Amino acid sequence: MEKTIYNAVCTICGCCCDDLEVKVGDGKIVEVKNACAISLSKFQNYNSEERIIKPMIKKNGEFKECSFKEAAEKASMILAEAEYPLIYGLSLTSTEAIGKAVELAEVLGGVIDNTTSVCHGPSLIGVHDIGVVTCTLGEIKNRADLIIYWASNPVFSHPRHLARYTIFSKGKFRKERKERKLIVVDVRKTATAKLADIFIQAIPNQDYELLSALRMAVKGEEIYLDEVAGVPVNKIEELADLMISCEFGVLFFGLGLTMSLGKSRNIDAALSLVRDLNEKTKFLIMPMRGHYNVTGANEVIAWQTGYPFAVDFSQGYPKYNPGETTTIELLTRGECDAALIIGSDPAAHFPVSAVKHLMKIPVITIDPHKNATTLISNVVIPTAITGIEVEGTVYRMDGVPLECKKLVEPPLGLKSDEEILTEILANVKKLKG
Amino acid sequence: MKVKLITGRSLQQGVGKETGKFSIEYFNNVAICELDPSDMETLNISPGENVVVKTKFGEVILKAVKSMQAPHKGVIFIPYGPWANLVTDPETHGSGMPNFKGIEAEVSPAKEEKILTLKEVLEKISGGK
Repeated sequence: MEKTIYNAVCTICGCCCDDLEVKVGDGKIVEVKNACAISLSKFQNYNSEERIIKPMIKKNGEFKECSFKEAAEKASMILAEAEYPLIYGLSLTSTEAIGKAVELAEVLGGVIDNTTSVCHGPSLIGVHDIGVVTCTLGEIKNRADLIIYWASNPVFSHPRHLARYTIFSKGKFRKERKERKLIVVDVRKTATAKLADIFIQAIPNQDYELLSALRMAVKGEEIYLDEVAGVPVNKIEELADLMISCEFGVLFFGLGLTMSLGKSRNIDAALSLVRDLNEKTKFLIMPMRGHYNVTGANEVIAWQTGYPFAVDFSQGYPKYNPGETTTIELLTRGECDAALIIGSDPAAHFPVSAVKHLMKIPVITIDPHKNATTLISNVVIPTAITGIEVEGTVYRMDGVPLECKKLVEPPLGLKSDEEILTEILANVKKLKG
Repeated sequence: MKVKLITGRSLQQGVGKETGKFSIEYFNNVAICELDPSDMETLNISPGENVVVKTKFGEVILKAVKSMQAPHKGVIFIPYGPWANLVTDPETHGSGMPNFKGIEAEVSPAKEEKILTLKEVLEKISGGK
């Protein structure tokens, strides 16, 4: 028997598109409508040969299949015996599972960090310093007449962002493409830049200078240079005029600002620019959050500990100091002595010096699929997929919580991340007395 | 040739990672280096030939791809993934964030060299274990 599930939430990027139509027949997904190319790839391949069905423990360099109970017990023992364990990942799971991970970190006296650390971590540090003028994506869809994507290429990273929320969306007060202007600032003429009314090509690592020059132009100050970051000053002044004269502007920024030189200082400059613009018009700013629940990871960890990522419980209370308690530093300094990775692949996405330390310590990975990190793990616990096989709450990039639906049953015996973490937590509490 | 290296997301990388980290799609979409067409001409590289990218932190062999997001003379792009991270800069300047973009690099032809598989990349990091 076939049935169609309407308004299913996509679990790929921070857009969390909640308009998928999923046709299910004989317990399998047979058709998905409204999905982008990345989402379609997930639905077509989530049960491929790279799916892990049985838990595994590595013995003498070889993985041996085992029961869930054995894997959870081994994982709990590794964590309980560690002096300074790290819990990392958490942007590809439900907020319910993240809550359990925070409790586990506290009981262990370890560090809990999420992928924000190597994504929009500098953005959050910038927000601590400056504050942020923001709103929901719905407001932007209905009202924005000037959209800026700075160092972000949503056609590739958030494929439906433009159609659902910005230039191609049909809002209440802005209905057509011609009612909105698109400006793209990037170091390459990206697929998004090709759609722009104005494209500004900047020199890599000089965003801080360009943002500062724009702030001067917005304030009406004279810039005594011919160009900044490779952009002629008259173009910067023209851009400032456009920003001032819009009715409702928004600056979306990507990892081009957080991952290049300047890091959180680039974000300070962008947030300050938008703050300055609000003296002249209505302007907002929003980071283009990558994974579907990375915002949720920040929300949950912040409401439980007071801090959004990189929280250290080793002193018995939550401590937050990016640069010290962040995963890359903990690994490159060789400090943590065990790691629990939930829904992430740091062995593929960290620089070599950080991966080298991961290879030296016991690693437990909770993930539905094989990846570089499962290969170097000591314990691998497979899991049911949030938003396909189990329900769960996720936070869209603008902080709006959405309920993911269960679409099909998971392969026999697979539990949710939340259930697995609950079991490990109970074991660790017993071991720690 | 001296260049600035940008690593980042691409649509094909997104599709590849969802296909599977050990799939041929992921390998084909991620173990690549996008170059500006004029830089390819200077280096005498044709699309599909291999190049070596070297930074202070390591080196990696990748397939050269003519960039569809040109012009970006003097800038090369490698999609996020284990190949890119053989050459990224771990320096965080106390921020938690390594330099994944805007890294000083050198690119040159390596037509005869072989691209490592994901397993071989991990073996290289571990020191050949």
